[in-house]
Amino acid sequence: MLLAKEIFETRQMIEDNKLDVRTITMGISLRACSHPDLKVFCQNIYDTITHAAQHLVRVGEDIEAEFGVPIINKRISVTPIAIVAESCRTDSYVPVAEAMERAAKELGINFIGGFSALVEKKATEGDLILIRSIPEALACTERVCASVNIGTTKAGINMDAVREMGLIVKRTAALTAQRDAIGCAKLVIFANAVEDNPFMAGAFHGVGEGTSTINVGVSGPGVVKHALESVRGQPFDEIAESIKRSAFKITRVGQLVAREAAKRLGVKMGIIDLSLAPTPAIGDSVAYILEEMGLEHCGAPGTTAALALLNDAVKKGGLMAAQHVGGLSGAFIPVSEDAGMIAAVECGSLTLEKLEAMTCVCSVGLDMIAIPGDTSAATISGIIADEAAIGMVNNKTTAVRLIPVPGKTVGDQVEFGGLLGHCPVMAVNRFSCHDFIARGGRIPAPLRSLTN
Amino acid sequence: MNIVITIIGTDRVGIVAKVSAALAEHNINILDINQNILHGFFNMVMVADMSTASAPLKVLQEHFKALGESIGVDIKIQHEEIFKVMHRV
Repeated sequence: MLLAKEIFETRQMIEDNKLDVRTITMGISLRACSHPDLKVFCQNIYDTITHAAQHLVRVGEDIEAEFGVPIINKRISVTPIAIVAESCRTDSYVPVAEAMERAAKELGINFIGGFSALVEKKATEGDLILIRSIPEALACTERVCASVNIGTTKAGINMDAVREMGLIVKRTAALTAQRDAIGCAKLVIFANAVEDNPFMAGAFHGVGEGTSTINVGVSGPGVVKHALESVRGQPFDEIAESIKRSAFKITRVGQLVAREAAKRLGVKMGIIDLSLAPTPAIGDSVAYILEEMGLEHCGAPGTTAALALLNDAVKKGGLMAAQHVGGLSGAFIPVSEDAGMIAAVECGSLTLEKLEAMTCVCSVGLDMIAIPGDTSAATISGIIADEAAIGMVNNKTTAVRLIPVPGKTVGDQVEFGGLLGHCPVMAVNRFSCHDFIARGGRIPAPLRSLTN
Repeated sequence: MNIVITIIGTDRVGIVAKVSAALAEHNINILDINQNILHGFFNMVMVADMSTASAPLKVLQEHFKALGESIGVDIKIQHEEIFKVMHRV
């Protein structure tokens, strides 16, 4: 029999510590949609998506009500559009993004991911059309998310694509300049992208996946922070144990929701993403967990070690609670979406360079960071290359989601709204990497032994 | 299917009676009750079997929410499974 203490603990986790299931993401294969006529192709993908996910939102809401746990987002990821659209006779995939937008709107979901290309070695004609369509596609839609994988541990880094993506980020910012470059918040540049990630903006349905699947991303930074408050002053062994116990409980809720959603939608369950995903709400911050360990502000010396411990303990605690683990799994450190990160930037404790160090040990990468609008495309490419190198060498996923906000400079405030939050513009190293980025070509895949 | 009813609020006469009566009215059998009062604050957990309930969970949730508001306590009904998965391996 359950103990009253346990029951109230669950209620407290949900109501006071903001435990939630961050997203139920339905992955949908569009491989049967290809057609030489762009109009037919767009209709095919609209029909496929709206048919496969017709009950997604209702099922999500039912589960939320029955179990009493908030399910914040119901979303969709699709096969990378560059692959399925390549047979279309066209020089722009913007109409495809518009068809995705219509489908998402019809279904009542806030984001659909998969306007994507995988070009870690080289780009095909379809990949290039997709990449060049990104700025306009993100400017004329609200819900469509784009991603480009420009490197892997096994292929190295496609520096031609890195150079191109610097330009694409700038162009996307310019086309959405009136809205603080919001287009860039929907564009992720990956190294070692994963095929079953449920989180936006980088979700896509990989080619190794089935026809459709349900992936779930959990959250709960507030729960972990609350647990750590009870072990104040104690050694790190106790901190790790406490995080593991919290992560287990959080993940079990995700597993329950994923199982129920898959069953009710008649779809195979995919993976649970063992993640700590912050929101701008007070008490839902990853930075505050790090500070609870004894740091004056996130970014102080010790921050990387604290994040390494947190990331590892979250995975260890969550692994046993989930049937299948995948996605990005770990603590996210998006700046604008985390009240503690924003405060750390504002007080001068957290810099871009420290964030880069933190990405060596956390879930993904440089995420939701506003930078001055006059940052050059080459500098953005340089940052992308550095981040990709960290992912490539350390055999992990890394990503860049930078927002060069036109007309804004260091210290100015940027407001994205909702879960995307707000943040001050951060300083970028002012020295040039123009000639480095101009070289192009490919950085060879790294050695996998002699790893000192 | 078992449900867990949690009630939190300021203590007063008749909370248990009113909630129990409402459950009986919906043909829901109470399996376990745990109640305590801490510093005048009322905490109660009920586990109940709703396999013969006269209304679906969603309707019950709304009904008990309104009942709670009328007697000044917060009543929440959830599927038992969420507590089991969280606290039992």
